[in-house]
Amino acid sequence: MKRRPWQRRRDEWLLTLPSLGWLLLLFVIPTALVFAMAFRPVDPYGGIGAGWTLATLRSLGNPNYPAIVWRTLWISAATTVFCVLLAVPAGYGMGRAPAAWRSRLLLLVIVPFWTSFLIRVFAWKLLLHPEGPIKRLLLFLRLTEPGAPLLYCSAAVLLVQVYTFLPFAILPLYAAAEKFDFSLLEAARDLGASRATAFRRVFLPGVRRGLLTAVLMVFIPSLGSYVIPDLVGGTTSEMLGNKIAQRTFVDRNLPHASGLSALLTLAVLAPLAAMWLLQRQRAPWLAKEGE
Amino acid sequence: MPEFLEFEGVSKRFGPLLAVDNVSLSIKRGEIFSLLGPSGCGKTTLLRMLGGFETPDRGRILLDGEDLAELPPNQRKVNTIFQNYALFPHLSVWDNIAFGLEVARRPAREIRAEVERMLALIQMQDQAHKKPHQISGGQKQRVAIARALILKPRVLLLDEPLAALDLKLRQRMLIELDAIHDEVGITFLYVTHDQGEAMSLSDRIAVMDRGRIEQVGTPAQIYEAPTSSFVAAFIGDTNFFEGAAVEVLNADYLRLTVEGFADVVCFNDKQLRPGQLVYLSIRPEKFRLHRERPPDKPLHNVVRGRVEDVIYLGSHTRCWVRVGDYRIAVYQQHSRFLLDEQPIRWQEDVWLSFHADDGYMLERYREADEDLIQAAAPGLGAPPAAERATL
Repeated sequence: MKRRPWQRRRDEWLLTLPSLGWLLLLFVIPTALVFAMAFRPVDPYGGIGAGWTLATLRSLGNPNYPAIVWRTLWISAATTVFCVLLAVPAGYGMGRAPAAWRSRLLLLVIVPFWTSFLIRVFAWKLLLHPEGPIKRLLLFLRLTEPGAPLLYCSAAVLLVQVYTFLPFAILPLYAAAEKFDFSLLEAARDLGASRATAFRRVFLPGVRRGLLTAVLMVFIPSLGSYVIPDLVGGTTSEMLGNKIAQRTFVDRNLPHASGLSALLTLAVLAPLAAMWLLQRQRAPWLAKEGE
Repeated sequence: MPEFLEFEGVSKRFGPLLAVDNVSLSIKRGEIFSLLGPSGCGKTTLLRMLGGFETPDRGRILLDGEDLAELPPNQRKVNTIFQNYALFPHLSVWDNIAFGLEVARRPAREIRAEVERMLALIQMQDQAHKKPHQISGGQKQRVAIARALILKPRVLLLDEPLAALDLKLRQRMLIELDAIHDEVGITFLYVTHDQGEAMSLSDRIAVMDRGRIEQVGTPAQIYEAPTSSFVAAFIGDTNFFEGAAVEVLNADYLRLTVEGFADVVCFNDKQLRPGQLVYLSIRPEKFRLHRERPPDKPLHNVVRGRVEDVIYLGSHTRCWVRVGDYRIAVYQQHSRFLLDEQPIRWQEDVWLSFHADDGYMLERYREADEDLIQAAAPGLGAPPAAERATL
């Protein structure tokens, strides 16, 4: 029995329907609601008023916001850079490791997930505490002043962010490195490339997809990060996520929180769209690579 | 005066395995030299040590009198064709070929000219923009060759370069490789487990087994005068006989008695004395099959036997003939074919003859090597009914 093209297309749609419906109901519609809520007036009791207004949009021009947006961007960018810098050698090493070792190393990467994320962040609070072990060690080594803070600053936020997001960078890079044909590095060496040149011109392009995934997996969640700056950051290391939480829970200004959320969503979508365009450009090869 | 390329007592151990065991080799400038052996014999390890990807535990490798020990792979004037080609998947054919020159930061104009020249050599000018996944296996092979040759290496190392190609393409690439060698004239070091490739391409062959060199020689020397049972059985097919010297006939020949077979006259290049034991290798195509007893001639051995199996293969027919305790493989060329000629059949009584020079005495014999003989004799069975009726 031969199926016609239109039947096949219909079946494909039927198969995709459940997941499409799920996405529409629980992702697309809520996001649209958040965007819409930014144009509703505030209700004095913390709810949503009737009618439409541009007041929230104007209030997003708050002079404090550019600094917070900027900080959110640079902490996220720095988190991404550090994570990738650490994950590339880690992925390379794991990809080259003997098969028996790979699963053990992989386990080491995943093992932190067995502990609640909140508990791990609190653990960092203890470690970085003014009376904590790290501070004492640094004092002992005369690398810091007694008064200099380790906690409640942007550096602490960055450190804990890198710690938290590192596995999300290592996993895609390891997946790419595992598939990478390491004899290509020998071929490059054979053709006169130094170790560094072979790494840069052959290994990095070879794991490019893993690299892109790692960047997205770290940069996007880190833009929306809220718990880490809330717990280990101070007033000078607030990120956009904290402001949204503050507008929601403290100020009870849902339209304003929605406006900020919409802003964040757009900020996340922008790099995603850029990556997508970049990948599409090389689609013929990438499509083949997966074979 | 050392040769162009010298391996001096090179050994390499991987854990408990002695992959290369005290190998010494001299390779001349401009020759095609093959390392031939079964997988795991150490030939690839030897090649990788020359390429700089493994370090010898002992011994030295000298290229043009220069010890390579301290040189990393990227500074050695040797280039490798890898078994899986190892073309860079993210680069086009053009960029793959240009890679070596670009890494060496040569001027763009020179790179362009050299790449064009290489593309012409491998006849792929119109494929330059394609990515490796868009070209065929034979084309990948040619790109790998161009990518290595563009750096003008002193030695081109080829690691089973044709193993991934199908038979027809392999035969064509062999001819192309030979043509490229004639054109560029550099030394080729060719690693293969395929005796056919090694025989047809090489000036000289080193046969390897278990990390050791078994024999070095021209293809004809290796085939006609094997030193060991391994070489005799690994290259081509053969029959082994265990004999004892009985009588020295003259300076060149002696008589052997082979228990369970016959007394045979044999060329005595090993200068054996009566009483000494020796193993003899006789290639299947050296035997002649006769229905009538051939007339006695000096230095000809004639024995009587019965045909146990016949396989017609077009270019020749393979027979297995029972003579005493021995079951002998005999290849019979069809010098002319007459339709009314009565072919040799199953269970026919025949005469076998071979010249005294056709048996070659082995220096070393190991019983396990008999398993390497490729013309494994088919099992003994009853002749088909049709055949039985005519007998």
